[in-house]
Amino acid sequence: MNGVHDMGGMQGFGPVLREPGEPVFHAEWEARAFALTLAMATPGGWNIDMGRHARERLAPGQYLTSSYYQIWLAGLKTMIMEAGLATAEEMETGVASTPPAKVRRILKADQVAEAMRRGGPADRDPGNSVAGFAAGDRVRVRNFHPTGHTRAPRYLRGARGEISTIHGFHVFPDASAAGKGDQPQWLYSVRFSARDLWGDDANPADHVHADLWESYLEPV
Amino acid sequence: MAHDDPAGHDHDHGEGSQLSDTALRVRALESLLTEKGYIDPDALDRLIETYEYKVGPRNGAEVVARAWSDPDYRRWLLDDANAAIASLGYEGRQGEHMVVVENTAKVHNMVVCTLCSCYPWPVLGLPPVWYKSAPYRSRAVIDPRGVLEEFGVTIEPHREVRVWDSTAEVRYLVLPMRPGGTDGWSARELARLVTRDSMIGTRLALDPAELDGPAP
Repeated sequence: MNGVHDMGGMQGFGPVLREPGEPVFHAEWEARAFALTLAMATPGGWNIDMGRHARERLAPGQYLTSSYYQIWLAGLKTMIMEAGLATAEEMETGVASTPPAKVRRILKADQVAEAMRRGGPADRDPGNSVAGFAAGDRVRVRNFHPTGHTRAPRYLRGARGEISTIHGFHVFPDASAAGKGDQPQWLYSVRFSARDLWGDDANPADHVHADLWESYLEPV
Repeated sequence: MAHDDPAGHDHDHGEGSQLSDTALRVRALESLLTEKGYIDPDALDRLIETYEYKVGPRNGAEVVARAWSDPDYRRWLLDDANAAIASLGYEGRQGEHMVVVENTAKVHNMVVCTLCSCYPWPVLGLPPVWYKSAPYRSRAVIDPRGVLEEFGVTIEPHREVRVWDSTAEVRYLVLPMRPGGTDGWSARELARLVTRDSMIGTRLALDPAELDGPAP
């Protein structure tokens, strides 16, 4: 979706403000919101793409005026509600008024280290699938505007670039976020000239590389 | 904790202060989810401890310093970052598909996630607020040299600035250039020159003159 989360190339946000000696978390609640989000994926059964999509669906005004972990918190509540694990009212009051949903398992303290070490690899066995593009191929990012989740940033749509490397055969987030399974595709690093993206004011030496799935691309 | 705060963070500042609305909401949510049996509160503590104290940019600094001091390791790191980084014990969540990009006399690399906040956790820990902020996410791709200037870095006009937008599950770590005046330094000494920002690509590795204390 063409949301405000898709920020590449937007203007007017001002300078990049840094905080010397910045702590990992600025308040205890940030740490708890972070950990709740990670831990709830186990009983919730949602994947990383669903999580991103839940955050992107916040109303634009709310997204832009919320801090990072406020966005995480709002996204988490959306997923909990949509999964039928709790109601909005229960989450606001902290008091359960409906019985708990049946969940397959939860994340126990003694499983944390191994779960983090394992992570969630996104590559899949390509089987007989053959990559449609090779390094050096000229491609164009399709002009498309899906209303659901996508990882094709707006600033690249319609732009011409060159396949730089083939990363592998990866879970397709547009499908995965919609609960339609992995539907893996070939994933490429695509190289774009800054001039092609931003016009003549850009430095001719500069480039942007982005990771794009095969169905985002068409041959030139 | 002073903090420039354009996005309206509401912080609670510890003991004696009022809990913010958000803090109360998080507390209510955690208590509900615990009551419903969806979470093990000890698992939350474990997660926080991991990312607050155990995983951070010192991991990445060790990787970079090793690459600076061992040409075979450097080659391995550039060819198969996952294996080379895992050999030092760093792997897992948000680092499942690592790629290391090397700064050279011709190329300066810089990493962003314009769509959210993708960042290589096992080697850098959790990202700083500025990395996740609208100014950085919006400008890194359209005005990378302007952003670099704000960090105090000027890249010569003929040298390529190569920006990596982390749009998939591939995570990027910049291998900065080894500063001069470090001949004969051990990997441990070199690691002190490797800052978080130098591995994101918004700054260079420290010059030896910038180190503030004696070598450990």
